[in-house]
Amino acid sequence: MTTRLRVLDDGAWISVDDHREVRVSELWRLDTDEFCGCDLADLVVENFQTVGVDGSTVEVRVYGQCIACGASGTTGWIPVGRIRDGSFAAIDRSAIRRPRPETNQ
Amino acid sequence: MPTDVENWKSEVYGSEIRDHLFEFAERGFDSIPDDERDAWFERFKWWGLYHQRNGQEGYFMMRIGTPNGVLEPGQLRVVGEIADEYARGPGTNPIFGDAYADFTTRQSIQLHWIELSDVPAIFEKLEANGLSTQQACGDSWRNIVGNPVAGKDAQEVIDAWPVIRDLNETFKGNDDHSNLPRKWKVSVTGSADGSGQGDINDLAFEPAYKEVDGEDVVGFNVRVGGGLSRNEPRLARDIDVWVSPERVSDVAGGLSALFRDNGDREDRYNARIKFLVDEWGAERVRETLQEEYVDFDLHTAGRDVREEYTYNTGAGERNDLIGIHDQKDGTNFVGLNVLVGRMGAEDVLELADVAEEYGSGEVRLSQRQNVIVTDVPDDAIDDLLDEPILEHYSPSPSPFMRGSVACTGTEYCSLSIVETKNRQVRYARWLKENVELPDDVDQFHIHLSGCTASCAQPQIADVSLRGMKTRKDGEPVEALDVGLGGGLGAEPQFARWVTQRVPADEVPGAIANLIDTFAAEREEGESFRAFVARHDDDELDAFVDPEETDYDDPMMHNTKRTWYPYAEDDSLDSAPPAPADD
Ligand code: HEM
Ligand code: SF4
Ligand SMILES: [Zn+2]
Repeated sequence: MTTRLRVLDDGAWISVDDHREVRVSELWRLDTDEFCGCDLADLVVENFQTVGVDGSTVEVRVYGQCIACGASGTTGWIPVGRIRDGSFAAIDRSAIRRPRPETNQ
Repeated sequence: MPTDVENWKSEVYGSEIRDHLFEFAERGFDSIPDDERDAWFERFKWWGLYHQRNGQEGYFMMRIGTPNGVLEPGQLRVVGEIADEYARGPGTNPIFGDAYADFTTRQSIQLHWIELSDVPAIFEKLEANGLSTQQACGDSWRNIVGNPVAGKDAQEVIDAWPVIRDLNETFKGNDDHSNLPRKWKVSVTGSADGSGQGDINDLAFEPAYKEVDGEDVVGFNVRVGGGLSRNEPRLARDIDVWVSPERVSDVAGGLSALFRDNGDREDRYNARIKFLVDEWGAERVRETLQEEYVDFDLHTAGRDVREEYTYNTGAGERNDLIGIHDQKDGTNFVGLNVLVGRMGAEDVLELADVAEEYGSGEVRLSQRQNVIVTDVPDDAIDDLLDEPILEHYSPSPSPFMRGSVACTGTEYCSLSIVETKNRQVRYARWLKENVELPDDVDQFHIHLSGCTASCAQPQIADVSLRGMKTRKDGEPVEALDVGLGGGLGAEPQFARWVTQRVPADEVPGAIANLIDTFAAEREEGESFRAFVARHDDDELDAFVDPEETDYDDPMMHNTKRTWYPYAEDDSLDSAPPAPADD
């Protein structure tokens, strides 16, 4: 069964099979050098740009701002959850997230 | 590749959505097939229904589009009755109660907690009284805005109301224009005060004189591609066209068709016409309009009256339409301040009575979220001013009350980052008690938007506030970015974002300190906007100076993580179920 993944309402949330699963206005901890100079970015999620899936991992690119240093922009692909047996399980919101290294660009 | 939204729109969109909507209403919320929910909620917007945020499943915000903000005699009462009967849900707002109406920055009305099963009855009542929700949201012609007192205002150059009515009749339910790449916001202004705020709309008609066959004729200059959203604010661009009132509809239809055919349907973020104007430039927009979309020769732009604009300019007379003003028929219009645009249903009904008793029963809505009672004869003014309801909705409010504009925020909106309306009420009350403006400054605009969509038009205020987060003692708290010095007028200017991420409870202190510095260091008679203009961002950042005060903010936590920020048990796990059919 395929999973329907969408960014809706101008980037306000991620729909997984017509259910609202991931939302803006959360703070995510990002472990990456690509977004800003912080060891661990403290990212306010403002707008989802795109959603995709890599294997069973649901990933998004978001526009946001690191509240530790003020840098803002769009992230790489960040995992937000997993599809297991056709249903979505979100990653714990306090988890440290690592963007997937860009392999195909 | 077209987006999902475009695919849904190509299947079912526009007027035909109504039959489906009514069928779902009849059979109940659960009858929307599980795998079609996203599609239907997207389509319902076209009929003015916007699914409320996470935690409020099955409840809708309903927007009623009132062209130019005009509510004919009797219509305000209908709005009040509908709010009272249907805009009640499981959440009670501690300031505004159980049932209320919101007057918006685009002269519309929003109700909350609407249940799908009630929609047919509400539509029937609205339509029986000449009101409609059609195209109030969604990708088409939105509510047309302008100077709300068009046709009455003693200061007007040309009466824009017949033009607006004609556009509304032509482009509502018009299949050729019902499916556009994105929203299409039109402003038509006939007064010299700039109160139609054309500069921040997709399409603006502004009063202008043109010599035609040796005679000076009044019509409109045309601007295209303004808007505030997404960190990409744009002023509408002058496309060097003047149009007579009779041909506004042809030019507006031509531009809407140009947008329909050329806007970006593959990327919703790039779809607004402001981005097409960026890409093409004003000249190509004009050429394409002339060559492909109108069948007469366009005039070049006429002589405008932008030098006379005062609305939202931060200086001079008539920054808003509050207070008592002359109508051209010798009666008066009386602008009343509605703090953050929200009015309890009982007050709406009471105001409808008052408008009937002292005026014609008509009221009008402004883009500063206020309400205007029209057609009040001179000899009725004193009695009107004595009405108890005017104590709360004042024609002469404190500058901090009249200057407040706020969007919907985390109470209902999916995109929001922070709580807004109630916070702005608390701010305004605190500032009124604690801060003195210089004697000659009687206006001070503070606009609060919960995110970058900018529904509260923050970029055109003296002080712009925009939802953010920060950490305070390690804990995440709601915060606001602070921008300064925005305003419209002959030379419009967007606010400069000078201070980032001020914890929400330190914002009143920051504004107080800023105003102290302004009062101490301004040149004589200098407006706040002019004061800001002659300082650089670092200087201004230093003036903002956030500080805790006795202002207390009960909403510092993540109010988006609640099902309703003001509920006793506010956790998402306690969210009410989608309303059952009754
Ligand atoms: C229930 C949720 C929402 C409420 C109550 C709400 C409320 C409002 C209000 C009151 C306005 C001004 C009135 C008008 O345009 O007629 C407005 C405008 C606007 N809204 Fe929303 N909104 C909501 C959700 C959204 C969402 C999800 C988006 C993004 C798709 C959005 C984007 C905007 C934008 C961009 C503007 C106009 C700003 C400009 O460019 O001038 N709103 N909204
Ligand atoms: S500005 Fe943002 S938070 Fe406020 S109503 Fe608009 S979309 Fe919602
Ligand atoms: Zn950082």
